[in-house]
Amino acid sequence: MAEMVSMKSMRTPRDCFAKLAIYCAALLVCAAFAWILSDIARGGMAHLSLDFVIGSPRDAGRAGGIGSILVSTALVLAIALMAALPLGWTTAALLAEYVSAGSRFGGAVRYSLQVLAAVPSIVFGLFGNAFFSIYLGLGFSILSGGLTLACMLLPILVSTAESGLRAIPDAHRLSAAALGMSRTSTLFRLLLPIAAPSLAAGLLLGIGRAIAETAALLFTSGYVDRTPGSLLDSGRTLAVHIFDLSMNVPGGDAAAYASALVLIAALLLINMVAMRLATDWQRRKIMAENSNGYSNIDAPRA
Amino acid sequence: MRIFSTKKYALFIAALLLVNGWAQPGNAAPEKLVLTGASTIAPLAAEIARRFEAQHPGTRIDVQTGGSSRGINDTRNGTAGIGMVSRALKPAEQDLQAHTIALDGVGLILNASNPISGLSRQQVIDIYTGKIINWKTLGGRDAPITAINKAEGRSTLELFLGYLKLKNSDIRPHVIIGDNAQGIKTVAGNPNAIGYVSIGAAEYEARHGTPIKLLPLDGVAATVVNVRNGTFPLSRPLNLVTRAAPQGLARDFIAFARSEQVHDLVEAQYFVPVGFR
Amino acid sequence: MIWSRHNILSPSVSVDTLTLWLLRGAAGAAMGVVLLILLFLAIESWPALRHISIERFLTDPSWNPGENLYNLAPMLSGTLYAAAGALLLATPLGIASALFIAYYASPHAASIYRRLVELLAGIPSVVYGFWGLTTLVPLINQLHPPGASLLAGILVLTLMILPTIALTAYAALLAVPGEYMLGATALGLSRWGTIRGVALPAAKTGIAAGVILAAGRAIGETMALLMVTGNVVQNASSLFEPIRTLAANIALEMPYAMNDHRAALFVSGLALMLLVMLLWSIAARLARNGNG
Repeated sequence: MAEMVSMKSMRTPRDCFAKLAIYCAALLVCAAFAWILSDIARGGMAHLSLDFVIGSPRDAGRAGGIGSILVSTALVLAIALMAALPLGWTTAALLAEYVSAGSRFGGAVRYSLQVLAAVPSIVFGLFGNAFFSIYLGLGFSILSGGLTLACMLLPILVSTAESGLRAIPDAHRLSAAALGMSRTSTLFRLLLPIAAPSLAAGLLLGIGRAIAETAALLFTSGYVDRTPGSLLDSGRTLAVHIFDLSMNVPGGDAAAYASALVLIAALLLINMVAMRLATDWQRRKIMAENSNGYSNIDAPRA
Repeated sequence: MRIFSTKKYALFIAALLLVNGWAQPGNAAPEKLVLTGASTIAPLAAEIARRFEAQHPGTRIDVQTGGSSRGINDTRNGTAGIGMVSRALKPAEQDLQAHTIALDGVGLILNASNPISGLSRQQVIDIYTGKIINWKTLGGRDAPITAINKAEGRSTLELFLGYLKLKNSDIRPHVIIGDNAQGIKTVAGNPNAIGYVSIGAAEYEARHGTPIKLLPLDGVAATVVNVRNGTFPLSRPLNLVTRAAPQGLARDFIAFARSEQVHDLVEAQYFVPVGFR
Repeated sequence: MIWSRHNILSPSVSVDTLTLWLLRGAAGAAMGVVLLILLFLAIESWPALRHISIERFLTDPSWNPGENLYNLAPMLSGTLYAAAGALLLATPLGIASALFIAYYASPHAASIYRRLVELLAGIPSVVYGFWGLTTLVPLINQLHPPGASLLAGILVLTLMILPTIALTAYAALLAVPGEYMLGATALGLSRWGTIRGVALPAAKTGIAAGVILAAGRAIGETMALLMVTGNVVQNASSLFEPIRTLAANIALEMPYAMNDHRAALFVSGLALMLLVMLLWSIAARLARNGNG
């Protein structure tokens, strides 16, 4: 649709100004990002090597690598997403599709999620420590870290998915109802696939937040830097490692920068895979099964 | 459930649990010890633990961080076998036993470009209470002083206040920091800042090109050597604490952490080994 | 499976009811997490609330837990200033970024730019703080010492919450039905006219949700602010003065706090949550009045 809009040749001064402002804003964001990234790259490039990525840390992280830490990070992330995705997206489906805008229950859920979004990560950490580690007896473990993170991710996943679902015009729901589809299959076969870009955006934000989290994990998944043997072992994640190296270990800066570079590269990879999955899924669900009548739905440009 | 299909999702969980279950028996170490507490000690303790595990197969030492008070709490309620506390025990904590594994000094640092080469105790007091606000008063350049203080509860703060005989509410700081590295980075980035941090960390950073310098206190140069021989006035013990006299694995570990076998590790973290004194 | 291929056209009330209850259960669980956290905070802060009266948290002369003084008011104001400043900067930048991706950039530039914003979202707050401390703070120090200040906090926070706003706004814009845009174009609206008159209003809810998420992050952000705002407990009277936020206060002192001090820190956590609840109640009321 962007192409069609851009075919317009009509130009008013206001249009020019808007265009200028938006380009300036984009440029500003790019510049800030380039600034940060070049600082990180300058600090970490020299330290980066294959051995660094697969080795295990020595000398409090100043030497050696981050192999074991990458394993812990992946496990914590997997647990968090597995717990948060079903819960978050079903909650979003309920809020957007099943309760009326003025419903008390929906309002309460939405309100509590907004509150949850503003809880400082350190409070999540202390809560996770008290609830998952001690009360549920999981100890310092990948599992309690992942579950604590899942609580943190809920508001992001719910609100992005809900807004994606809400933006779908009612015409789709009406047509589905007219075709005799049940609400459940309308939701799973039509609405969720249409909202896939929103779901993916939320997923990516969530992954970003999870992978970058320090304070909540310090108290739950812990500080042990060896490769975890099970989900009940303590494991240090990449962000905790970066935090420790930059704030607590004199002379850890180079390794901290290099770890940050690895983290950014990993994110880039995850982003590409997630976008590909979302696009594929949307195509498969809508284009193949409901190809008549919904051709106006744009696939995200990947 | 969405991007993965339900089936794939279930498969994934099953695989994860399988990996988990398969890994469990191999890892069920007969003896496990958990250490929690001061972030200052955690990197050192983790290194000591690694060496201890290598020498004593079948043992597992998990080191967790989170602060001295966490070490005290976890040791009291039994969550941790050993707590790490980066200060001497307070009178209210005499129910615990402390085992000092290393010493750490606290020194004043300035930016390397600052021409001031020494401060008297009274001058330091005046700077921190806001009576002197410009380096010109002390014979330096004409620039406002940025005084860096530590956050409430930090043992370096308590040590420093005790040395200056001040209360924390008397201090007029411009910046309050948490950890040593933050203080060093702040001073390195601000030519007119003054702060106090762990001497080992400062000495390491200064030697590796960070633009900071350590000031002598009462005429005694702030060096690891002077902390070791006891002439430097500001130093603190790094302690492992236990609820009662340590038994079994905890006893072995504490003995190992105080032995000569780990002196190189203690020095590698820029602390002063105490061992057997 | 419930939604297997052949029963797509057979509406079944029982399946729908089942789904509804499933969804309700999930939503209830999500709400339960909040209640659990509130309960946990309340239990932990009870020792302090029991013998320190509520007014004292607002009227004590200073925050010096070591000397039994517990004034949270300057940190409340610091939190609000930093979050409001960051939102003020990040909202227009974020929406502009989303518009850039959706309507202005070429497909290629758009995909690069979007990836960049997604990366920005995943940089750990420690790294932002680290960068702010070593790059931004010395720069501001040259402008006006001591450098570690409200301004540094606002700038770092802006960078951190911008991706949230940009990505949610983009997702919302993407969901605006193509017919709307075509219709507007057919009516002869200019590009900006289409965006302002059609796209932005249609995506309003999604954008607002993003801003609320970002506001939450701004209020709750801990590590990065701890590193750049200077952490002096005071009411800032200018952008160049250091401040301490509530979240930073918890992170800074919790590791070393005992007894009443520790409980007082949990009170500040509770205060933060109550503050957020209050803000969202007001926002909800404003929105309702605005619509009605």
